[in-house]
Amino acid sequence: MPKALAHTLFVLVPVVAAAAFLPFAYSNQLLLFNFVVFLTLAQGVNVIYGFTGYLPFGYAGFFGTGAYGFSLAVIHLHLSPIPALAAGAAAALLLGLLLTPLLRLSGAYFAIANLAASLAVFQVVSNPNLEGITKGPYGISLSGVFSPNLSYGVAVVFLAATLGLIVFLRNSRFGLALQAIREDAISAGMAGVNVVRGRVLAWLMSAVIAGLIGGVFAWYVSVFYPETVFSPEFSIFAIVFALFGGIATLTGPILGVVILYGVYNAIGISTPQYFQLIYGLLIVGLVLFLPNGLVSLFRRWGIDVP
Amino acid sequence: MSLERQTAAEPLLRVEGLVKRFGGFRALDELSFHLMPGEILGLVGPNGSGKTTCINVLSGLYPPDGGTLTYAGREIGGLKSHRLVHLGINRTFQVPKPFLTLTVAENVEVAAAYGRSQGGAADVAGLLASLELDGQAARPAAELNSVQQKMLDLARALATGPRLLCVDELAAGLNPAELDRVAARLRALAESGVALLVVEHLMGFIDQVTDRVIVLNAGHEIFEGVLADAVRDRQVVEVFLGTDDGG
Repeated sequence: MPKALAHTLFVLVPVVAAAAFLPFAYSNQLLLFNFVVFLTLAQGVNVIYGFTGYLPFGYAGFFGTGAYGFSLAVIHLHLSPIPALAAGAAAALLLGLLLTPLLRLSGAYFAIANLAASLAVFQVVSNPNLEGITKGPYGISLSGVFSPNLSYGVAVVFLAATLGLIVFLRNSRFGLALQAIREDAISAGMAGVNVVRGRVLAWLMSAVIAGLIGGVFAWYVSVFYPETVFSPEFSIFAIVFALFGGIATLTGPILGVVILYGVYNAIGISTPQYFQLIYGLLIVGLVLFLPNGLVSLFRRWGIDVP
Repeated sequence: MSLERQTAAEPLLRVEGLVKRFGGFRALDELSFHLMPGEILGLVGPNGSGKTTCINVLSGLYPPDGGTLTYAGREIGGLKSHRLVHLGINRTFQVPKPFLTLTVAENVEVAAAYGRSQGGAADVAGLLASLELDGQAARPAAELNSVQQKMLDLARALATGPRLLCVDELAAGLNPAELDRVAARLRALAESGVALLVVEHLMGFIDQVTDRVIVLNAGHEIFEGVLADAVRDRQVVEVFLGTDDGG
């Protein structure tokens, strides 16, 4: 069986099926929705960081831009939710295009510049003088389109599409070329890879993923403030989850979200007073003993991880 | 452009008045030379004389600041690396730069998939076997020793099917048996019509593989001819060993 098919059948399909059917067995749909959001965001980070090597510390900027693109299209253009999601994705794509010059930077410089850009967008959106357009710091209310079940379903579709993209990157020449760029851009050029085009494509794909899921998030919650959707927590969680599981793999970020976000919610509910201690120890332990993520453990045992 | 259309008398590469500046320093100062298909040209000179800079400009890492680079009848100065690779120019690096987390086979597959300039699909397995890397094909490149990484760098370059190959200090660190094998490999490449530009400090190796050498000093050529004559040239001896009255 070709690897791509095996990855689809044994990883993508079960994860998507679980996301689609769990709401019928478990009543806390909001929690499941957050899992779907983080599964998608962690894989979005995987595209630009795992495969291409740019740490997007301001990844929440695309998420928030998608959320506001969606909301403003609903409020001002009176679009129905599905076309408004396209508007959210287009807004994130536009921001991604605007930020392509950042790809000239590398390492921590890129991460800091990306964080600054994300904060800049947040400041513009929450500017009280723009209340007429963005509602400023007073937040968005979209009660007219509120539809938790439909928006949950659409989120699952976006998760499936994102996982499909990762399966493609994991098993294609293009994914290999992106990893070559990550490892050594000069050698990648001498292997015939168009380095600038590869980086820009990965960056824009990653931006659109966050924009789409940000738009669905806005639709699902319907009432939110700028600091909700531009929260650095989205960037940090998505990056930590992806790293915890293991980047440049399909299963790593999934494992990271299921385990870490699962633990986060379990401790947060049962023993919130120990939450930060346990969470901190877990992450310190991983960084010390498994810096390449959980999947590197399987690799060490000689098991090929999808 | 096919090899058949090249007449034997026409150089594959013609470098004329090439200038590369870094600030006020002229790393390449009006360098001129040419290279025929199937010829192996040695580029020698003291440290800092511009040998690697010359290869870096030829492979698109830096744009030239002056002069012309004519390859197979077209001007190539300032083209990006991947474009040059598609035209049939490739190189190895003095310090190998493999894709460390990718496997040895994947390292070569990327180049075979994206960099092909001529011929059909590259025979990745055959190439690895010919450079004695077939036993390592499934291992990450990071686990190779430095000689194996050099061979992998060469395999990456060869997988693109180059017509002009620049080799930057490939021989340094190789043992005598490995040196002989690499020399034979380069000669076989030249016999198949590939033009080679070889930068090397090991004069024995240069003598063994090259048809002709150019001696560089301070960014331009001070001698052009066969190595045996170079060592009798007064200016070349001065550059390498100093003058009698120089102290």
